[in-house]
Amino acid sequence: MSEKKGYLDMELLRFTTAGSVDDGKSTLIGRLLYDSKAIFEDQMELLEETSKQRGEEGVNLALLTDGLRSEREQGITIDVAYRYFATPKRKFIIADTPGHIQYTRNMVTGASTANLALLLVDARHGIIEQTKRHAFIASLLQIPHIAVCINKMDLVDYNQEEFDKIKSDFESFSSKLEIKDIHFIPISALNGDNVVDRSKNMDWYEGSTLMHLLENIHIGSDQNHVDCRFPIQFVVRPQSKEYPDYRGYAGRIEGGVFKPGDNVTVLPSGFTSKIKSIDTFDGMVEEAFSPMSVCMTLVDNIDISRGDMLVRENNKPKVEQDIDVMICWMNEKKMIPKGKYTIRHTSQTARCIVKEIKYKMDINTLHRMEDEKEIGLNDIGRITIRTTKPLFFDSYRRNRNTGSIILVDEATNETVAAGMVI
Amino acid sequence: MSSYNLTHLMELESEAIFILREVAAQFEKPVMLFSGGKDSIIMFHLARKAFHPGKVPFPLMHVDTGHNFPETIEFRDRLIKETGETLIVKYVQDSIDKGTAVEEIGINASRNGLQTVTLLEGLEQGKYDCALGGARRDEEKARAKERFFSHRDEFGQWDPKNQRPEIWNLFNGKKKMGEHFRIFPISNWTEMDVWQYILHEKLELPSLYFSHKRDVVIRSGVLLGKCNYIQLKDSEQWVEKNVRCRTIGDMTCTGVTESNAVTLEEIIEEVATTKVTERGGRADDKRSEAAMEDRKKEGYF
Ligand SMILES: Nc1nc2c(ncn2[C@@H]2O[C@H](COP(=O)(O)OP(=O)(O)OP(=O)(O)O)[C@@H](O)[C@H]2O)c(=O)[nH]1
Ligand SMILES: [Mg+2]
Repeated sequence: MSEKKGYLDMELLRFTTAGSVDDGKSTLIGRLLYDSKAIFEDQMELLEETSKQRGEEGVNLALLTDGLRSEREQGITIDVAYRYFATPKRKFIIADTPGHIQYTRNMVTGASTANLALLLVDARHGIIEQTKRHAFIASLLQIPHIAVCINKMDLVDYNQEEFDKIKSDFESFSSKLEIKDIHFIPISALNGDNVVDRSKNMDWYEGSTLMHLLENIHIGSDQNHVDCRFPIQFVVRPQSKEYPDYRGYAGRIEGGVFKPGDNVTVLPSGFTSKIKSIDTFDGMVEEAFSPMSVCMTLVDNIDISRGDMLVRENNKPKVEQDIDVMICWMNEKKMIPKGKYTIRHTSQTARCIVKEIKYKMDINTLHRMEDEKEIGLNDIGRITIRTTKPLFFDSYRRNRNTGSIILVDEATNETVAAGMVI
Repeated sequence: MSSYNLTHLMELESEAIFILREVAAQFEKPVMLFSGGKDSIIMFHLARKAFHPGKVPFPLMHVDTGHNFPETIEFRDRLIKETGETLIVKYVQDSIDKGTAVEEIGINASRNGLQTVTLLEGLEQGKYDCALGGARRDEEKARAKERFFSHRDEFGQWDPKNQRPEIWNLFNGKKKMGEHFRIFPISNWTEMDVWQYILHEKLELPSLYFSHKRDVVIRSGVLLGKCNYIQLKDSEQWVEKNVRCRTIGDMTCTGVTESNAVTLEEIIEEVATTKVTERGGRADDKRSEAAMEDRKKEGYF
């Protein structure tokens, strides 16, 4: 029984891999799973068989996540693979992302929900542009922890000087970034040094192994429990015999704590009312906080629909049509200055126009290139958009859920950009 | 403030409910695929939670190969009756009779692959623009690559090399006429999460999931239960064993596992210590290295 309780109480850490192509991300995830005995027998047999067929020496652990036919053919990761495992201490959701610049959007996909990033560096090549791009994206996404794994130490004779040099190179770059917590670990993903087991080849390293770090790093909640935000997703109107007049507002709490009896303001109408009940399938609850999915009823009968938001009178988000965002562009088609896009934000959908391109980032130097007005695939820049109707938002830094947007191309319907409200 | 923490299981539940509501809001005519297996049962339960006290705003659809375990069908029909929700059944046999699907022949013949034809026909007939499924990323290496909102072209095909980015929880369900989406709200659940949730929610399951006596034949390492659709080779024979299902699918390709677990607690114990994956007993996955990816590209789940 106590074990069951243990499972339900277990902490969850979501982490992502990052770093340039071939730096060993997938191999590291394979090694992590292998050394922590999280690979099943039939999976292992398949890996051995496939590795042999491909004429490789030993077992290619990267095949554990590189599961698509074309990934195996090309020996690279193309899209994110999600893997799950648990140790007695924690439960983990891993996103193994591609390093190739062409697939940066898939890296962003995997990293957008992570609490920690494993940033791999090939010890022979050091910090290169793609390492910097991924580190920058991780900082923009506000991933609180980064573990810089300096990999392939076996190919540099496990030399401490190589490690120290890369570490200080990274530090001088990252001092310009906003990353709360950085760790450096010398590893060999191929041989398992400092992954789960301590390396016998690097006595000079006194820090923890990667696994120890993953199991022990402090993870606070990344939810905002201060600013009350409840975007309406769906209006529940049963119109049944049992519930003839029920009108509930279904959604997920994206910030703060709500209780029955609380006064709330409805955006955009500005009407005020009081929460009558917070309902779930399992009964009414006394309070609801992010990220709970609930259904609320109000004491007054007012017109509320999808896209509206319930907030507190004295703590409102910004309600504006001109919005400054940092964007990662993710489409082959360049951003069109003054172009029109569909914008998705919480449960809102609107149209917007790119009013101004303020600058594009130089990934290598982190300089703002204010004369560069062209934003294309994999570029990061700051823009101002104007929306067709007011959005209710906070800065991304204050609340990930109400400070993030995507842009959708109206001709192809593709998601072309991820944006963080400044 | 630290008291405001959801357990990971409740976080998964909330994520799934959020996605179900997005589906109801973003699509015109969704449908939920329902096989009577444990993942379907959880999906259905989550859908009832998401729209409570209203009804589930979309029907369920079962693609029936005609080779189901009878226990699954009994369970399915009872659940629908008790909850008053709507179920549509599409028969692979109808596609075969029409000539759009061709029955496989030979000793390992299965109707599993033919499901895709019937499924796509069913979606087209009902003009459904989105099909909800209970596939999970931990099941299989191609599924590990799937988005929550998975875009399909007008032929129902998946293009794994060119998936839409899916950032945070901002789901983009926009599509052209004729295209549709497959949506997987429980993508992030593991087999263990599923069992823990079933226990937590006290969900009822078909008896097949619990240990029972059954005649089986062992074929390429997979234990197949006795039924009219499996022919024995000369060298094979039925033997009685204590078994249970870890997944439920077509009888011709769903392996059972030897087990004495008769309660949920015992099953959880077993899942915690097992050395083979859940689909390790699925003959349909064993056909080739990329069997699942290939089927998915054609429009399978
Ligand atoms: N010698 C040595 N080789 C390694 C090590 N880690 C990875 N490799 C090799 O580096 C190559 C690339 O490894 P992957 O794990 O596929 O690299 P990746 O970072 O996942 O690459 P992408 O996902 O395509 O960006 C493979 O041939 C690995 O065997 C290591 O620690 N030492
Ligand atoms: Mg890789």
